[in-house]
Amino acid sequence: MQWEIVIGLEIHAQLTTASKIFSGSATTFGAEPNTQASLIDLGMPGTLPVLNAQAVRNAVKFGLAIDAEIGMTNVFARKNYFYPDLPKGYQTSQMDHPIVGKGHLDITLDDGTVKRVGVTRAHLEEDAGKSLHEDFHGMSGIDLNRAGTPLLEIVSEPDMRSAKEAVAYAKTIHSLVRYLGICDGNMAEGSLRCDCNVSIRPKGQAEFGTRCEIKNVNSFRFIEKAINTEVQRQIELIEDGGKVVQETRLYDPNKDETRSMRSKEEANDYRYFPCPDLLPVVLEPSFIEEVRGELPELPQQKRERFESQFGLSTYDASVLSASRELADYFEQVQQTCGDAKLAANWVMGELSSLLNKEGLDIEQSPVSATQLGGMILRIKDNTISGKIAKMVFEALAAGEGDSADAIIDAKGLKQVTDSGAIEAMLDEVLAANAAQVEQYRASDEAKRGKMFGFFVGQAMKASKGKANPQQVNELLRKKLEG
Amino acid sequence: MHEKTLAELSQALQSKALSSVELTQHYLKRIEQLDGNLNSYITVTAESALEQAAAADARIAAGNATALTGIPLAHKDLFCTQGQRTSCGSKMLDNFISPYESTVTQRFLDAGAVSLGKTNLDEFAMGSSTESSFYGPTRNPWDTDRVPGGSSGGSAAAVAGRLCVAATGTDTGGSIRQPAGFTALTGLKPTYGRVSRWGMVAYASSLDQGGPMARTAEDCALMLQVMAGFDAKDSTSVDQPVPDYSAGLNDSLKGLRIGLPKEYFAAGLDAATSDAISAAVKQFQALGAEIKEISLPNAELAIPAYYVIAPAEASSNLSRFDGVRFGYRCDNPADLTDLYKRSRAEGFGAEVKRRIMVGTYALSAGYYDAYYLKAQKIRRLIKNDFMAAYEQVDVILCPTSPTPAFRIGEKIDDPVSLYLTDIYTITANLAGVPGVALPAGFANGLPLGMQLLGPYFSEARLLNIAHQYQQVTDWHQRAPAGY
Repeated sequence: MQWEIVIGLEIHAQLTTASKIFSGSATTFGAEPNTQASLIDLGMPGTLPVLNAQAVRNAVKFGLAIDAEIGMTNVFARKNYFYPDLPKGYQTSQMDHPIVGKGHLDITLDDGTVKRVGVTRAHLEEDAGKSLHEDFHGMSGIDLNRAGTPLLEIVSEPDMRSAKEAVAYAKTIHSLVRYLGICDGNMAEGSLRCDCNVSIRPKGQAEFGTRCEIKNVNSFRFIEKAINTEVQRQIELIEDGGKVVQETRLYDPNKDETRSMRSKEEANDYRYFPCPDLLPVVLEPSFIEEVRGELPELPQQKRERFESQFGLSTYDASVLSASRELADYFEQVQQTCGDAKLAANWVMGELSSLLNKEGLDIEQSPVSATQLGGMILRIKDNTISGKIAKMVFEALAAGEGDSADAIIDAKGLKQVTDSGAIEAMLDEVLAANAAQVEQYRASDEAKRGKMFGFFVGQAMKASKGKANPQQVNELLRKKLEG
Repeated sequence: MHEKTLAELSQALQSKALSSVELTQHYLKRIEQLDGNLNSYITVTAESALEQAAAADARIAAGNATALTGIPLAHKDLFCTQGQRTSCGSKMLDNFISPYESTVTQRFLDAGAVSLGKTNLDEFAMGSSTESSFYGPTRNPWDTDRVPGGSSGGSAAAVAGRLCVAATGTDTGGSIRQPAGFTALTGLKPTYGRVSRWGMVAYASSLDQGGPMARTAEDCALMLQVMAGFDAKDSTSVDQPVPDYSAGLNDSLKGLRIGLPKEYFAAGLDAATSDAISAAVKQFQALGAEIKEISLPNAELAIPAYYVIAPAEASSNLSRFDGVRFGYRCDNPADLTDLYKRSRAEGFGAEVKRRIMVGTYALSAGYYDAYYLKAQKIRRLIKNDFMAAYEQVDVILCPTSPTPAFRIGEKIDDPVSLYLTDIYTITANLAGVPGVALPAGFANGLPLGMQLLGPYFSEARLLNIAHQYQQVTDWHQRAPAGY
C-alpha cells in the first residue's frame, strides 16, 4: 500500500524578553537553580501576574510576519494540571482567544519548489520549571528559573507530507523568529522546541489517520529522524493488522525509536477557563501599525530583493538570506566592494568553507565583512589576481594583517602590471625555453593552443604569481606570434 | 478607651491625650482576657504591635502622623504579613510564614497603624460562619452560642468585642457585610478593583475584594482611605483617583433616591429584619431621601451562579497547595501522587474540599458550557440588572442576610442552607459593585443588618449615606454585654 504522511508541528519559541511573562525575574539561561525565581514564579499564595508588554509586542510581530489575523482581544486562560515544576498547579496560556490567529508561511524545499504551510494559531504562555532527577538521592530537585519564561506556541496546520518538509518548515520558523529578533533560536538551550504530530493514511484517502504526538524534539536532525522512525512504526503497525492509538510519545535519539509516554485516556482534562487575575488583552489598531513599522525585512522579501537588486540567482539569494546575520554580512561585503556577484561568490565559497571547517557561525567569522569587501576591491582594481586573493584571504583568516592592503604590502603580493617589467620577464622565460619556442612556432593552431598554457605557467611561476595574468597572456601571444 | 471609635482615638492620639503604646497595651490586655472565649484571633503579634506603637508615638511627636498612626488594628489572616504566619484558617498553611507583605497591610504599615494580629476566618474564606477554620469557630460577642458570620468572622468578633479598633476583611460573596450585620458593625465591600488583591490569598479571584470593618461609617472612611488605590502589582486593580472618603460624610441626603428591590423582600426574610429595614426607610425619608421599589429580576439566579464561579476559580487557585514548595506536606509520601493526594486530603478541611470538587466538576470537559459558561452569562445579566436599577435610583437598600446570627453548629451539616445565607450579598460581588453594611436594629439582643449598594466607585456616597443614618440612630453605638 502507498502511504501518505501527514505532519503538523507545534513549535515553542522562547521569547527574548528581559524579564518573565508575568513577573520581573530575569530570563537568562544557565543561572544557579532558583536564583531567577521570584515570589510570583514560586506561586506564593496571594501573588498575582502582570503581563509583560514586550511579550505581547513580540507575538504581534510574529503574527504580522506570517500575515495572520491578530487577536485584537486576546484572553489568557488557565490550563490546570499538577506537576512538581508547575508551581501554581496551572499554566497560564491562551485557549479560545489566542493573540495570533490563522496565518501562513512559505517554505522552500530542496528542489527549489515553494510550498505554503498554514499556521493555525500562535499563543502566548508561560514555561514551566525543570525537575532535576540526578544528585538528589532518590528525590527530585525543582529549578524554577525557567518557570514563567514567555513562550510563543506556534501551531501549524497538518500540511507537511514528509519529514523533510517538516524540517524545512521548522527551519523557516527558526529563521523567521531570529529575523524578527523575538527568539534567539538556540535549540541546544531549549529556546526553540518542537512537538511533531504524525499520522499516515492510504494515499488518496481524504480523512486523516490517528495521530501520535512526539514531544520535545530539540534539533532539526532529530525532527527528521523522529518523524521517519515514527512513520515507519505506524506503517509496520498497520500493515501487521494493528491500529495506531492516539498518544503522546517520546523520541529516544540513542535508540532511534519513539516510545509511549501517555495515552489519550491518561491525558489530563486541563479544565481551561479564562484567568481571572488577568484582564483580556485589548490591542489598539495604532499599536498594530506601530509594530508593523518595526518589522525588519523578512527572509522572503530579502531573497526577492537580492535577486532583483543584485541579479543573484534564486539559489544564491536564498542561501544568502537564510539568516539575518549572513544576509547582513553579505550586504556589507557588497557595499564595501560594490560587486554583488563577487561578494556572493566569496561569501558562499571561501568564507563558507572556512566557517564550516572551523565550526563557526557567521557572527564569529575571523574575516570581517569589511576586510573581505576590501580584498575584493583589490581583485577588481587588478592589484591582486583571484589566485593571490586566496592567499590574502587565508592570511586575513589567520589574523596576519588588519586588511587585505596591509597583507598585500607586507607580503609583496601586489600584482605586476608594468608592461615593460612583464616583457623583460617574458623575454627571460622565452630565452630559457628556446627549444619549446621553436617547437611552438613550428606547430599548427590546435597544438599551439595547448602549448600556450605551458608558457603562461612558466611566466606566472617566474613572477611568483604576481604578474597580471591578462597582460601576461597578451604580451606572451604577441612575442610568440612575433 | 475601647469605647471610643477610630475617629475619636485618632483625635486623642494626635492631641497626645493618649499614647499608642498605652492604647496597644490596653487592647492586648483585652485580647488576653476576652479572646479565649471569642477565638477571634489566630495569631496575636504583641511584640511587633508594641514596637509599632512606640514608632507611632514617635511619629506623632514628630508631627507627621496620619489619621491611622498608632491605631491598633487587626487583619484577616488571609492578608500576607511578612515574617508572620498567614494561615488562611487552614491546616494547609499552619506552618506558612509569609515572605512578603500584602499591599493592603503594607499601606497600613506605611500609615503608621499598629497590627495586633491576624483574625480567624472560614478556611480560605470559604464559609459564612467562621466555623470551618482549622483554629476552631469564632464566637459572636452578642451571643457566644452564635456565629459571628463569615468568612471575616474573626475580624467582626474582634471589632465588636472591642479587641481592636477596626479590622480588615475580605468579601467574596458577603464575607464583610454578612458578619458586619451579625455583629452590629459597619463594613464596606469596595468596587471590584478599588483595593489591591496583591498578597490577599485568593479564594475566587474575580469576586474577592478587601475592605474595612469598623464601628461606624466614619471609621470605615478612614480605613478605606488607606486601603484604596491603584496597585501595578494587581492587574485587576483600577487606576482611578481615590477621593477623600471623609470629606462628604456630612452631605445632605435630600433628593437621594433609594431603591428597594422587591425580590429581596419576598418570602424567607425574617420578620424582625424586614421591620428594621422598614423603620430605616422611614429614617431615610425623614433625612430627605425618596424611596422607590425597583426590580433585580435575576437575583434568584445569583446563588447558583456564585456557587459555580467561586468554586471553579477556587479549584484552580488552591492547586498551588500541593505539598511541594510551602504549606502542609504529608509524612513519608510513597511517591508523587501520594504526596499530592495525602498532603491535600490531610491539609484541607471538608468545606474547602467540597468547593474544590464542585469547581473541578464545573470546569470539566463536557460540563464547562452547562455550568461555568452559563454562570458567567447569569453574572452578566445580574450586572445588567444593577446597571438598569442605577438609572432609576442612586443606591439600593436591602438586608444583609435573611436572619440574624444563627447558632454555632446549626447549619454546619447542611451546606446548602448555609449557602443560602449569602442570598442578599453575593449579587454585589457578581456585579462588582460596592456595598456598605450597617446595623439597623436588634431583635432578642441580636443585631440586624442592612446594606446599601451603589454604582461602581460610589464608596464615598455610600459612606455618606451610612454616616447620615448613624447621626440619627444609635444602633452602632451599642456594645455587647461584657465587652
